[in-house]
Amino acid sequence: MKFSVEPRIEATSSLRFVVMCTSILCAFMFGGLIMAIVGVDPVDTYVAMLEGAIGRSEDWNDGQFYSITETLVKAIPLMITSLAVGVAFKMLFWNIGAEGQLVAGAMAGSGVALFAKDYGLQSTYAVINIVLMCIAGVMGGGLWAIVPAFLKTKFKVNEIITTLMFNYVAILWYQYLFNVAWKDPDGMGFPGTAKFDGIWILGRISGRLHWGLGIALVSGLLVWIILDMSKWGYEIRVIGQNLKAALYGGIDVNRNVLRVMLFSGGLAGLAGTVEVSGVSYSLQEGLNVGYGYTAIIVSWLSRLNPIAIMIVSVVFAGIMVGGDQIQMTMGLPSSVAYVLQGAMLFFVLGGEFFVRYRMTIIIGQRHADS
Amino acid sequence: MQIVDIAFWASVLSIAMAAGTSLVYAAVGEIFAEKSGVLNLGVEGMMIMGAVTGFAAAYHSGNVLIGVVTGGIVGGFMALIHCFVTITLLADQVVSGLAVTLLGGGLASFLGQRLGVDGTPLVGLIGPRLLEIPIPYMSDIAYIGDVLFNRDMMTYLLYIVVPLVAFYIRRTRPGLFLRAVGENPQAADVMGVDVVKCRYFYTVMGGVFAGLGGVHLSLSYTPGWTESITGGRGWIAVALVIFATWDPIRSVFGALLFGGVNAIQFRMQAVGTNVPAALLNMLPYLLTIVVLVIITYFEGLRKKLGAPDALGLPYIREERV
Repeated sequence: MKFSVEPRIEATSSLRFVVMCTSILCAFMFGGLIMAIVGVDPVDTYVAMLEGAIGRSEDWNDGQFYSITETLVKAIPLMITSLAVGVAFKMLFWNIGAEGQLVAGAMAGSGVALFAKDYGLQSTYAVINIVLMCIAGVMGGGLWAIVPAFLKTKFKVNEIITTLMFNYVAILWYQYLFNVAWKDPDGMGFPGTAKFDGIWILGRISGRLHWGLGIALVSGLLVWIILDMSKWGYEIRVIGQNLKAALYGGIDVNRNVLRVMLFSGGLAGLAGTVEVSGVSYSLQEGLNVGYGYTAIIVSWLSRLNPIAIMIVSVVFAGIMVGGDQIQMTMGLPSSVAYVLQGAMLFFVLGGEFFVRYRMTIIIGQRHADS
Repeated sequence: MQIVDIAFWASVLSIAMAAGTSLVYAAVGEIFAEKSGVLNLGVEGMMIMGAVTGFAAAYHSGNVLIGVVTGGIVGGFMALIHCFVTITLLADQVVSGLAVTLLGGGLASFLGQRLGVDGTPLVGLIGPRLLEIPIPYMSDIAYIGDVLFNRDMMTYLLYIVVPLVAFYIRRTRPGLFLRAVGENPQAADVMGVDVVKCRYFYTVMGGVFAGLGGVHLSLSYTPGWTESITGGRGWIAVALVIFATWDPIRSVFGALLFGGVNAIQFRMQAVGTNVPAALLNMLPYLLTIVVLVIITYFEGLRKKLGAPDALGLPYIREERV
């Protein structure tokens, strides 16, 4: 038995869909295998994760949508960071630093929320304060991203390593701020800054779900419009698809790298601000749970399509909430979620092969006629 | 703190040797993979998997050697996934490498919470560790004796492995084939070298080395298991390969430089300074960036010194270039 592999001229969308579904199924089977190896029942675990992510039908009948709102709470930062990563990936700029940019944005936003009133920069309207805070967050994340972009354009330094190193630096700053520099003196010795005043806090929709969801949806719309309808988006796509053509067409690649990274980092920074203003109400532990890394998987799985990114983010947020759930109720590690995410990226990546190539199995000898 | 004190610098070097060992393993492994044309950004994931499985194996068997071997094998296995996806299925090497890191991080965290006694976490367990073996007489030499001849088994192994690897790549026939595959796979194919087999072999070898680097962390440098045990060392190793311009010997000096930063950080914390610990902890990451800027600034130099031409490109026999 032999395999013959030849490139496909064109792949139908139904083929793509089947391959994608098979890949994801394989990832879940791989996750199940790992669970079985360490002595955990995969079916029970997956059911518990699903119930953790979307709730049980009894809860729905009682009007309890706690699980769904929790999933959406996690989907908000994931959606915004995935969009951020997706824009940069679109021009094949490997921004692996969304995690650090998110943290930088959270630091900038928290700084404004905590100290703006000392400089008389506080409005009585929460909306104005939130806008001010978001601007700070966008600037924080953008500045954090512009350094690797500058090093790339000026010195051709590999952006994968610089953006990644900046993650560690941002997280160390962040830990320093809430543990030492900005630590709440009235916090009974617990790490974390003071709670923000009420006018610096995003309102809630239902349960813990806050209006950051609106910000995330608007961000998605914005990215979609920019990428699909603007001249800038066109330039980004051309650079990503064919650098030579872009240069030949007179597109200023370096300027686009700087602009895109400012935008990408700004979005990630916005995610950080929304997270502190909508969930924790202070700068404290638990911000760097890996949204920036999961975002890489989400945007790749969505084939960098902003609308798909928004949907896949919710699914992945569900996996994260499901992971937390099995940790609480079954005492299993919540990192099952990260195993599944990593496996999914692998299987989808590998599955691409079957979209690009046709594989036929040749049985017996067939070389006589060639 | 006396800056000009020889004893002080000897102690810094001593810590640098301990901190640098895992970096040299990971960097040498990545040099193998990249020389064959495969960019594997999964070093961090392979290291952390090596660290967790190596520690677990050593803990349950009570034998460090079993731990070391397990970590190496698991690292190699992680690399094998990368090989299959990028070499056989022709997927993007950057994304696949990231996937190795992400999957490795998740799996290691998962296993770390399950591989203790009867499904309990590994965190906080004290297992066997690699002990320093002073070499008789030589370790008594003033200052350098302690730095060079009072090390653990894995560091001693590098004294042999690094020159051997350098010689192998530069001076032997298989080493020539390895370089040919990374520089110009078409030409290597015509020469009769099996490009696919060669890339698989050296990338898996790179994974074994990365796994060993991880094992050194959990069995020697910071004995035990914590989720952030690698702390970006895999990525520093990737940067180190560029810094060393794909040369194993130079990677040792790079690793000592990074290890030295760790050491100075420890020493400053020990004597007590006004500089916050967080700022000192940023030093290795910032140094990585500075070093990369300096190296890539002289791009002509980099090309001349050994960046493989076909690095990161899949090889498809039917395609013309």
